[in-house]
Amino acid sequence: MCTLEKRGDLFLLTLTGDGEHRFHPDTIATILSLLDQAKSQSKRGSVLITTGHGKFFSNGFDLAWAQTAGSKTGAANRLHQMVESFKPVVAALLDLPMPTIAALNGHAAAAGLILALSHDYVFMRKDRGVLYMSEVDIGLSMPEYFSALVRAKIGTSAARRELLLSGKKIRGEEAVGLGIVDTAAYDSAEGVVEATVRLGEKLAGKKWSGEVYASIRKSLYPELCGILGVEARVFATPKL
Amino acid sequence: MCSLEKHGRLFILKLTGDGEHRLNPTLLDSIRSTINKIRSDQSSSQSVLITTSDGKFFSNGYDLALAETNPSLSVLMDAKLRSLVADLISIPMPTIAAVTGHASAAGCILAMSHDYVLMRRDRGFLYMSELDIELKVPAWFMAVIRAKIGSPAARRDVMLTAAKVTAEKGVEMGIVDSAYGNAAETVEAAVRLGEEIVMRRGGGHVYGKMRETLLREVLVHTIGFDETGSSGVQNTGSKL
Repeated sequence: MCTLEKRGDLFLLTLTGDGEHRFHPDTIATILSLLDQAKSQSKRGSVLITTGHGKFFSNGFDLAWAQTAGSKTGAANRLHQMVESFKPVVAALLDLPMPTIAALNGHAAAAGLILALSHDYVFMRKDRGVLYMSEVDIGLSMPEYFSALVRAKIGTSAARRELLLSGKKIRGEEAVGLGIVDTAAYDSAEGVVEATVRLGEKLAGKKWSGEVYASIRKSLYPELCGILGVEARVFATPKL
Repeated sequence: MCSLEKHGRLFILKLTGDGEHRLNPTLLDSIRSTINKIRSDQSSSQSVLITTSDGKFFSNGYDLALAETNPSLSVLMDAKLRSLVADLISIPMPTIAAVTGHASAAGCILAMSHDYVLMRRDRGFLYMSELDIELKVPAWFMAVIRAKIGSPAARRDVMLTAAKVTAEKGVEMGIVDSAYGNAAETVEAAVRLGEEIVMRRGGGHVYGKMRETLLREVLVHTIGFDETGSSGVQNTGSKL
């Protein structure tokens, strides 16, 4: 389902297997525990890279599992459960004491795109893979923390509109133009991963304090931290 | 320390001498009292403030060496810079920073607290150094960053890579308005811009109030701006 490897200073979190890497409560629990593991093993110069195998980075929540609840309210409850249990994943990434990079091997939709955007840097392919906030198409409302994350990471109203309201499947080049991803210069999954490893090694070389890094990161996104209940540790006076 | 000249209708405030213009309590007091002098000058409603410096540095930030000898001075320097930035936000005239040298951390915040930032492109950089030197960033610095740097990616680059931003890069990132060949050209351009503004505009009182509204979030963090629209007198910043 999901593995964590160490490669020198870099932690590599991989959504394994050829499927859609949908987030089921078990997947979410696994991701959370692997992030916790990375956090506990972190030291100066640690960096996290998250990627996936196959055609999908992640296609979002496991809606099929929600449907098998048997009733409308049952399905709604299961969806609500996944939405709530995914919040700590976003919070854990916001709080992680190391730089984080998402290497999009393929499509990232809905909660899968939220996972990507929860990273400090997002790299994607030029040739394949789309970003897609499907909620408007499938008639799901947007959880508050999803919108807060989009507001935190995506600066222009046009880009936010394209992402949230248009139901568009956004390819690499457009995603860069809209400021949703940092770069989409790669023609293969390996290319994206290699590029993120190069960036990761460059950042690792700075040997920054993870605690300071995480604290500055959180202070960039006070609204999101508030909604997630992540303590932004506001320093009213600096420890000069 | 800090000198004041009149150039036609323009006030030129200069951080003098070849040093780093570290924002210690004495320099901060000197700048504030110069600003008070400018405000009480009768021509102030038809004027522009240009802030610049001698030497290699615009300002290299707080006097950290001093803070080390006496930690209570760090609280004092922070309080004084907050008040200074609040003054710059309410001053009833446009303000231009002619950045002719390095501006780091608190020094960078000071530069960005002006309406226009003009900078030399041949040397010098803007540098939010906190990540590199493991200084926690006060919440009010982040309010300035959010107010003055529009793109989430640019904010991330400034704060989470401790980027040394040259004038050209600054223009690309939307932090610097324009770049010039050297220090003298930068100051000349600031003077030209100042004169242009003076010719175009009417009274300054409305300008100051307008800026307070625009930068309300920063004022709230620096001096606890209250709902009635008047600048709060008490410094509620020390929520120790």
